Parts: sequence; C-alpha cells; structure tokens
Amino acid sequence: MKTRATLLRSTLVIGVLAATAVLSAPLALAQAQKTLKFIPQADLRILDPITTTAYITRNHGYMIYDTLFATDAKFQVQPQMVDKYELSGDRLTYTFTLRDGLKFHDGQPVRSADCIASIERWAKRDALGQKLAEVTDSWKAVNDKTFTLKLKRPFPLALEALAKPSSNVPFIMPERIAKTDASTNITEPIGSGPFKFVKEEWVPGSKVVYVKNTDYVPRKEPPSWAAGGKVAKVDRVEWIYIPDSATAAAALNAGEVDWWEQMPPDLIPVLAKNKDIKVENIDPLGSMGMIRFNFMYPPFNNAKMRQAVLYAIDQNDYVIGIAGDKKNGHTCYSYFTCGTPLSSEVGAEPMKGKRDFDKAKQLIKEAGYNNEKIVIISATDQPIVHSQTLLTADTLKKLGLNVEIQAGDWGTLITRRTSKEPVDKGGWSIFHTWLVGPDLTNPAVNFAIRGSGQKGWFGWADDAKIEELRDAWFATTDAATSKKAADAVQARAFEFVPYVPTAQFILPTAYRTNLSGVIIAPITLLWNVEKR
Amino acid sequence: MVAYVVRRLFSTIVVMAVVAFVVFSLLYLTPGDPAAVIAGDIATDEDIQRIHARLGLDEPFLVQFGRWVWALLHGDLGTSIFTNLPVTTLIGQRVEPTIALTVCTLVVAIAVAVPLGVVAAAKAGTWIDRAVMAFSVLGFSVPVFVVAYGLILTLSVELDWLPVQGYRNFRDGVWQWFRHLILPSIALGTVYVALIARMTRASMLDVLAQDYIRTAAAKGLARDQVLIGHALKNAAIPVMTIIGMGIALLISGAIVTETVFALPGVGRLTVDAILRRDYPVIQGVILMFSAVYVLVNLAVDLSYMFFDPRIRY
Repeated sequence: MKTRATLLRSTLVIGVLAATAVLSAPLALAQAQKTLKFIPQADLRILDPITTTAYITRNHGYMIYDTLFATDAKFQVQPQMVDKYELSGDRLTYTFTLRDGLKFHDGQPVRSADCIASIERWAKRDALGQKLAEVTDSWKAVNDKTFTLKLKRPFPLALEALAKPSSNVPFIMPERIAKTDASTNITEPIGSGPFKFVKEEWVPGSKVVYVKNTDYVPRKEPPSWAAGGKVAKVDRVEWIYIPDSATAAAALNAGEVDWWEQMPPDLIPVLAKNKDIKVENIDPLGSMGMIRFNFMYPPFNNAKMRQAVLYAIDQNDYVIGIAGDKKNGHTCYSYFTCGTPLSSEVGAEPMKGKRDFDKAKQLIKEAGYNNEKIVIISATDQPIVHSQTLLTADTLKKLGLNVEIQAGDWGTLITRRTSKEPVDKGGWSIFHTWLVGPDLTNPAVNFAIRGSGQKGWFGWADDAKIEELRDAWFATTDAATSKKAADAVQARAFEFVPYVPTAQFILPTAYRTNLSGVIIAPITLLWNVEKR
Repeated sequence: MVAYVVRRLFSTIVVMAVVAFVVFSLLYLTPGDPAAVIAGDIATDEDIQRIHARLGLDEPFLVQFGRWVWALLHGDLGTSIFTNLPVTTLIGQRVEPTIALTVCTLVVAIAVAVPLGVVAAAKAGTWIDRAVMAFSVLGFSVPVFVVAYGLILTLSVELDWLPVQGYRNFRDGVWQWFRHLILPSIALGTVYVALIARMTRASMLDVLAQDYIRTAAAKGLARDQVLIGHALKNAAIPVMTIIGMGIALLISGAIVTETVFALPGVGRLTVDAILRRDYPVIQGVILMFSAVYVLVNLAVDLSYMFFDPRIRY
C-alpha cells in the first residue's frame, strides 16, 4: 500500500515537472536569443510613418525601413540604399543606382518602382517633399536598379529632402504598399531595414517586437546618425511600453529592461546611483520648446504684443522648468536649432540679456491692448507643455495682461488648437509645444516659422515677407549664400515673431552597462547596439 | 427560474442598447478629435480634414451611429482608428491578463478576508477583532499605488524575488505567468481583503445574534461547526454581493494596478483609447463592460438561492 502511494506521488511529481518543462519551453527558447528590451518614449499606435508625424512612428520606421539617403553627424548627405548617383551638367537630372542585395522582408527585391512609389507618397504629405514635388518634372525607372529624377529647375535641396532625418522620413516600401492613398494608414509594415516587425506579437499599449533581418546587407561605413552601416547586433528587440515612470525606473534598476529611451529629469539621481546603469545625453541636438500664438484674434494678431513677449520671457527659467537642471538644457536664441549650421543670433537681441519689462510694457501700450482675455491652452499630461504654460502665464501676468490657463489633456489641446473661433467661443490665444532639433534646422523643415496663413500650422501666422525670404533661401546654391539667406529669414522672424523659442533641452537616456555601441544621434537608433 | 434568467438576459440587451446610444452620444459631444491625434503635432487643417473624411468623422451623428449599430448587429465591433486592428482583437489581447488578475486577486482576497472576518466576529471586542479592523481600515485607506510601489521596492528591487512589471502568457510557462501576477494580486487584493473582511464581520455579527445560533450552541455543537456550518452560510449573501461587485469592477479593469505593473489589461486599453479618442475601442470595451456587469449581477442573484433556500425565482 505504501509502495503504491509512493509510486503515485512520484508519478505526480514527474508529471508536474514535465508539464512545467513543456509550458516553460517557449520562454526558454526566447531567452536563448539576444533580446534587447527597450522602453520607448511613447506607445506605438500608428504603423505608417507617412500618415503621421509622431516621433514614435518615425522611430518604428527606422527599425524596419531603409532610406535612399541619410544625413550623418556632420550634416552631410550620404547614400544609404543608393550605391551611386550622379547629377547631370544642367543640374536637372539625378540618376540613382541601388545597392546590390537589397530585399524587402517579404523576400522580394527592392526595385526602382518601389523607391519611386514610396517617394511620391511621402512627397504628398511632407512639407519638404511637397517642395520637391513642386520642382519635379518626373521620376522614371530606367531598370530595376536604376531610376532618374528629372527636375523642372535646379533644386539644391533634392538630396537633403531624400535624406530628411525626422518626420516625415522618406522611407522606402514595396510599391504595392506605397500605392496606398497618402492619408490612409498602411496595414502591412514591410520594409527592407535591419529589423522585421512581428505583427503577431504586437500588443498596442504594451509591446512591440522586432527580429533581426538576416537578409539585410549593411553598408561598410561605420554608423553616423542614420547614415552608414546598420548592423543589427541583437536577434530580437522588444519595445516594452511602461506608462508609469517609477515602474520604468524600477524595471531598469532590476535589470528587467536594458534601456529607457527618455526619462523625466527628476529620476536621474535615482538611476545614476546604480553602477550598472549609464545615464547619458545621446541626442546632440535636443529639442526646442516654443510659445505659439493665435494670429487671428487680439491681442496676438498685433506684432507688438508678440514682440513684448520676446522682451519679457527668460529662457533660463524655461531650461530649469523643462529640463530640471542646466546640465540638460541651455538657452538658444535662434529659430534654427543651436549647434546646426544655420543657427545664429541674428535679430535675437530682444531675447538676450536682462529682461526688459519696461520695453515690453511700452510695446503692449503701443499695441493698444484693451485687457482682452488671453487663453493659454495646456495639457497636464505633458509636463514639457504644462511647465512652459505656467512660466509663460506668470510672465504675462507680471506684464499686467489678463491671462487664463485652460488645462486638459494632450488629446483635448491638439483638438482645441484647430479651433479658429475667438476665445469666448472655445478658441485660444497661446499654446506650447516642443519639436526635436532636426525639425528646426533650416527654413525648409521649420514649419512653425512660416507665414503661410490659413494653409499653415495652427495659429495661422500670415506673413508674405517671411515666405518670400524662405523662397529666396530655397534658391541659394552654396553654403555661404544659404547662411546669409537663413539669417534674413531669422531676422524677419524676430520682427514678426511667428513663435517664441523657449529653450533647448535634452531628455537623457538610461541604459544598462552591458549595452555598448549606442549611436549618438538626434533619433534613437537601435542598430549597432550590442548586448553582453 | 428559467423564465427569470431568460427575462434577465433580455433586459441585458435593452441595457446594452441604452449604453451603446449614451456612449456614442457622449463621445460625439466630448471635446477631442482622433484625426488631430493621428495627424500629430506637425499638421495643418488640411491634413486633419483629410483624415476626418477618410474616417467618416465629418458625417452627421445619425449616419455614424447607424453605421456603427449596423456593423455591431453583424458582430463587428469595428476597427481601431489608430492601430487598424479589429476591436475584438485588441480586447482579446487584453482579456487574459485581466481575467488572470481578477481570479488571483479574488482568490487572495477571499482566502484571507473571509477567515479574518469570521475570526473578528467570533472574537468581537477583543484585541484580535480590533487588529483585524485596524488592518481593514488601513487596507482600505492606503492607495493601491502606494502598496504597489512598496511591494516593488522591497520584493523586486531590493530582494529581487519577483518581477517589477509585465505579464507572461499562461502558455509561456505556468511559473513565469504566476510570478508576474503575485505582486499585482497582493496590491490590488489588499483593498478587497479590507472590504470583504469588514463585510463578513458585520454580517457574521448580525447572524451570531440570532436565536438559532444560540440554539445550535446550546445543543452542544462545536464552536467551529456553529461558525462555519450555520453562521457563515447565512451571513454569505451580503458577502457574495460584495464579491460579485468586485468581479465586475476587476474585469472592467484595475486601471491603477495595471498601469503601475505595466499589465496589458482591459483597464489600460480603455484609458489609452480615451486619451487618444479611439472611438471604436472605447465603444467596444464599454459595451463589453456593460455585458459583464449585467451577467455578473445575474450570477450573484442566482447564487443567493444556494445560500438561502427560501429565495426562489
């Protein structure tokens, strides 16, 4: 009897162990691979990098797609998918030849037709792409690997456009996908980049999975921003979205994840204490905060009111307000990202030095301000937006203006800013936002500086002169004249004040020290990263 | 009883129809525009109008509502306007963590709370009773996120016994699945332990004062038999009501717990959908919640018959 009981018990134990082994098998297999666990800056919701300008979708695009050209750390355009290219003597025809061995994730080769369809779709949405489309006569496939771009007139920025590093990036997709209407989200995320998207494992709001594209043929050059060799050094990348900052910090501390892309400044000391974690600024350009006005209604339809704000706000306050510490930000009195070739302080005198409230008040008086209510819309779920809001409201109140903050969430703010009604009917006077450095490097990509009125960005700044100067910049052909023309745009911007730049800041990244090869770039790129 | 169940199931359909109309109307009136969210920060009016047209958001209310109801009647909850995934797929991805968390939390809560409540009632007025009540007040008053962070700090970061965050599917291994549920279940269960323990104690005290309990004790029945066999069964109806409400609340998402432990449950799906104005997802999950509420209430009502044979439907 005792023997039977022992036998039964042994059988049960073996059964449980076997079941556990079987049930644990898939996990063990997954762990045998080198998996990079990464907490992204936001949840990936939209897979199409052309229909949205969301940075998280752009970063997803860099994982799975490739580009014809890319910008390197010296702001030079380098061929990426393109092997060689030439420009005709009359500067009207580019001929591009693709590299050997380029394949999409579905096994199909990358052809000229795929590149042309992708660029044409991108050019329908992107501002610089639209500019390129304006001067394009035709795109033609010579054969599967060679194609031409024929221009109506010389356009020196053609390659810069194709190497545009930030939203929208001209990623290359298969022709059948790129034929999708430019406003309709694509549903097949198939690219030819260094990683493949695993759609079956995608849990929106929680996890995105990529695996190494073993067919990818990287360039031989070392990586430099999005240019150079894109060598995937891990088998699998998991983007684990953790909405709570404290949990994300604990997960990194405990080694459950390898890398946290962007951390709030207040958690830097917590993570810096851990010798197995490196807290670093890997973004050389950072981001720029901004105060955007509504140009349709008083009081900010008057340039003097906007100039008054320039004289009153102190960028040093915004650096602390946004970045928490001067180590993570600095003043930048330029409409073009500081640290890039076109940045300058031309016309920036009103923003620099001791704040001149008397001058600001004088301008307000000259503007004929009649105590109109100023509504600042804000989003409390976006600390960078809300901290700027509080600082601006405080400054405007010190100037004696009638200010009211109307706060909601980001979803409400970006809806409300589309309203063209006056403030008493749901409109607004000011909102704040921020853009990454690559989106503000020149008059072509800095859409906020434009004066295109009702066709332009929210606030609808209308200034023919700034548009004229921008067009003049497009026509420049060398670095010196380009710089001069950009300075002219900026000088006009400081008179017209399409927005007020508030600070340049960096949100640091944190990763476990068993990672190496993290690329210094204004976009978080996951190739070249090795995990020991 | 069958007629009663059928009647209640029919009333479910009516309730869900009302919920569907109210939710659709509220979303239509609420500020927020998914087209603006989709377009991103760098967009123009034209971009947003184009997305509006593509999503059919520029059509009149009744046209949009009619189209949604028609699809619903064909078993189609729609497609997320952000992820392009069917709402049923999104809910399907989130159901397992939510049910797992619900079951584990309730097991923890009932296993701890009912004995605590019974003991507190049996020892009413003693230090044991006061200790149980003090624990209940504490468990009820301390926010879930504080308990959660405390558990993460001690058991995960300091001692490295349990994972900080995330969820593993059951098919990825039972132990891994269970490990990821321990901390969320304790954090969330604390509130339910407090609630169920208090309710059990109060209900037991009522029953223990009844004549038939005194009679049972006078007949010489053991204390345990009186407490478990006679008192607890009769005290169970309000406790079952609380547990039923707990099930409904947990299935509709323990949002704070899911957020702190990064569990991909239904609660977070709902909040994320609300924040980005993903209307089909909001409508789908709220319809599901209303169905769960109604069905759990029905199950609780039916369970009364088991505890009290006098109740008949």
